[in-house]
Amino acid sequence: MLYPRIIPCLLVHNKGLVKTTKFKEPKYVGDPINAVKIFNEKEVDELIVIDIDASREGREPDYKMIENLAVECRMPFCYGGGIKTLAQAQRIFSLGVEKIAVSSVAIENPQLISEMAERVGNQSVVVVFDVKKKSLSTKYELYTLNGTKPTGIDPIHFATEMQKLGAGEIVLNSIDQDGVMKGYDMNLINRIREVINIPITVMGGGGTLEDIGGVIQQHGIIGVAAGSLFVFKGKYRAVLINYPTPKEKEELIEQYFLKKWDKR
Amino acid sequence: MITIIDYGLGNIQAFVNVYNRLNIKTNIAHTANDLQGTTKIILPGVGAFDYAMSQLNASGMRDELEKQVLENKIPIVGICVGMQILAKSSDEGKLPGLGWIDGEVKLFDTSKINYKTQLPHMGWNSISPVNDHPMMIGFNAESRFYFLHSYYFVCHNPEDIMSTTEYGINYASAVNRENIFGIQFHPEKSHSNGIQLLHNFANL
Repeated sequence: MLYPRIIPCLLVHNKGLVKTTKFKEPKYVGDPINAVKIFNEKEVDELIVIDIDASREGREPDYKMIENLAVECRMPFCYGGGIKTLAQAQRIFSLGVEKIAVSSVAIENPQLISEMAERVGNQSVVVVFDVKKKSLSTKYELYTLNGTKPTGIDPIHFATEMQKLGAGEIVLNSIDQDGVMKGYDMNLINRIREVINIPITVMGGGGTLEDIGGVIQQHGIIGVAAGSLFVFKGKYRAVLINYPTPKEKEELIEQYFLKKWDKR
Repeated sequence: MITIIDYGLGNIQAFVNVYNRLNIKTNIAHTANDLQGTTKIILPGVGAFDYAMSQLNASGMRDELEKQVLENKIPIVGICVGMQILAKSSDEGKLPGLGWIDGEVKLFDTSKINYKTQLPHMGWNSISPVNDHPMMIGFNAESRFYFLHSYYFVCHNPEDIMSTTEYGINYASAVNRENIFGIQFHPEKSHSNGIQLLHNFANL
């Protein structure tokens, strides 16, 4: 049977890996290739790497870096950052990347989602939603450019639009929860999950394996990503690349997934 | 020596890396000439059906590939959309497939899938080998691989099915007829199980 996915998400800034808090204060955590090598050994389910400089600086994706990472990855690899055109997306595919993540261009030029889906298949087109809760409201808003630019767009509505255009997955990233390690925004996840039937990966707030388990228990098949949890250890946030051992993962899956979701 | 067909559909290097680790030599075929004297072929694929077929048709390699596979009986494995184009046709596209394994490619019927999450079929799922073909050495019904697809291979001859996977229905996650193999999942991205499968192919 199909299993939920537990995914480290790495951010690239000035060619190094960083981890942010609420999309700010990037803290250097190491070298991207070295991290991929460690995650290979730990047999992670998937890996997401986002270049947080490319779109903000208005530059091309760093193809050399992407190629170096793709060559190293023995797990499915999703790359995001700076992709604006079909030609760029295809070039990145040819480097051995399985999934391509876009965010700001999905808002500026939604038609590109359809063009990409037609060319590379919708299973490989990922749209990242950077979402912030509106103050004094239960509503949410989409942001772009590393959480600096509010768009006025309601992510719930936008999710259905993206599905219609051919997106194969939505990565739901909570700006408010980013780096805080206090749990995922379950309300946001529930609301997006209700309106679409393409896969979702959620991100932002994962502080413990129990936080990940909670999302899996509620949603069954879902991708749960985390940054801080897999790069820091202890309350002083010492850098240590980590991931549940096969045994820890089996126990997590047994407790939070199979007990409720295994209908065999 | 394993020959990997480069027709512009990604993932080439991932296979090269796995075989490098296994100390098995590879070469990448860009032209028909590169296929001369090949002993094993991998037809990779990440992408849409029609795009894959049109790229293969435009590559100039198709005739030589057919000669190697259909006349010389060189073992070939198609991966993901590389498997799907072994069929005669696909719901995903209008172009005819290679038709080397009698079957067609269909879109999953989401009404049969229990989970709220439906398509694409994405993530780690198990395969059940249906026979003891050497390609399946080391695997049992708990062996998991990475899947990423919305369409699946329907074999017209059930004896061509090498393994099945459950996603709403039991479908053919690996197919085989004589020297021709198709694998729906991504062995090149499936950690140790994937390495084992690619090793099995090299050992045929």
